[in-house]
Amino acid sequence: MRFLQNQPHWLELAYSATHRLLHPFRRWLKSGGRVEQLFIRAEAVSKGALFDCRMCGQCVLHSTGMTCPMTCPKNLRNGPCGGVRPNGHCEIIPDMPCVWAQAWERSKQMPVSGGEILNVLPPVNRSLQGTSAWINDFTGAAQRPPAGWSV
Amino acid sequence: MKSGSRLERVLRSGRFAVTAELNPPDSADPQAVYDRALVLASVCDGINATDASGANVHMSSVGVCALLTRAGYEPVMQVSCRDKNRIAIQGDLLGAAAMGVCNVLCLTGDGVQAGDQPEAKPVFDLDSMTLLRTACILRDKGMFLSGRKLDVPPKLFLGAAENPFAPPYDFRPLRLKKKVEAGADFIQTQYCFDVPRLREFMTRVRDLGVHERVFILIGVGPLRSAKVAEWMRTHVPGVVIPDEVIHRLKHGQTDEGKRLCVEIIQQVREIKGVSGVHVMAYRQEELVAEIIEEAGLLPRRRQAEGSGVQMPSVK
Repeated sequence: MRFLQNQPHWLELAYSATHRLLHPFRRWLKSGGRVEQLFIRAEAVSKGALFDCRMCGQCVLHSTGMTCPMTCPKNLRNGPCGGVRPNGHCEIIPDMPCVWAQAWERSKQMPVSGGEILNVLPPVNRSLQGTSAWINDFTGAAQRPPAGWSV
Repeated sequence: MKSGSRLERVLRSGRFAVTAELNPPDSADPQAVYDRALVLASVCDGINATDASGANVHMSSVGVCALLTRAGYEPVMQVSCRDKNRIAIQGDLLGAAAMGVCNVLCLTGDGVQAGDQPEAKPVFDLDSMTLLRTACILRDKGMFLSGRKLDVPPKLFLGAAENPFAPPYDFRPLRLKKKVEAGADFIQTQYCFDVPRLREFMTRVRDLGVHERVFILIGVGPLRSAKVAEWMRTHVPGVVIPDEVIHRLKHGQTDEGKRLCVEIIQQVREIKGVSGVHVMAYRQEELVAEIIEEAGLLPRRRQAEGSGVQMPSVK
């Protein structure tokens, strides 16, 4: 399924479509219940296969060229770091292409949200690890940076 | 002026700044730090205290900075996100400011795999960009990341790193801009051995107008030999050394590395938007003074006279 990541424009459209599909049901999308358990399982399977998702619970794929930044060994939310090898591979895992170099290339192919890679993203909320990103999206938990960040 | 930093004063006055890296000792003896600082202090405007660079443990940057400020020197405290989470980092920033540290360089840090203890747990709770913004929040809003108020905010001159020599090349200038938006006041780059590439990068930076919002110091350093250069480019993350440089070192004189470094300084000085150089002479601190002198950057200061540098006799 990973090959689909090279169709970032298609993926960003699929993402907005899913959002529109779920929107009418937002009343039932609450954290902590059985619905969330269902979502967690579905997300682990679908996003796991597509993006190698690490279940951080706060999807920022739009801002990262539909490339999961949690697969970066440094978990960078604002990469790439300065260690990218001349062949475009990761400093830490030499066989792996740099996640953020890919994110940049793919962002350029995303007419809708490709420009978002230029925004500074807040630090990861580690307490959302293992929860459903879709539900956190609708409850607003995913977009809530630390209080000092947004004041 | 955002801080009481001498480095900030030099940069704002429009003088070409020089900073140098101090290699922290593998020792509990403060004299080792003072000995190394002594050879650097008279020729530069700030001394960078590295934070376990290359993921190899040495005396901590907080410890080195405490010693340096005690002796009246001007440290640039490097903070890496590899070993500390946001709680530890914010505490260290306050502590450092209380000890008189005015300059902080915010880094992501090399992976633990680069060092001699690859079995360690990498932290990377923040990244360089969120660390910068966090330091900015402490200073400008007078609060922690959580929103809790500080009684007295730290006055810090905030720096960040950038590597114009690593891919993706077309994103690097934009990422520099992001760092400025996150709060960077100055930039120290990775080693420059490829001046044409730097010129290209700086052209783009000027097109974006970023050079007017941040002071850019270019990283330079002497290569001891072709062998060392070869080792560095394969083992030190982010260091890019073109083949021509290795060839020149192999066939040049014994001090070819130093002469190359002086030439690079003279070339980058001519590039519009470059505010200074950052000299990293790994285990060759004694060369720094010669390099800076031969590059025509002396006399430097005012630092020695204004600071009243006195070596404490603490052991």
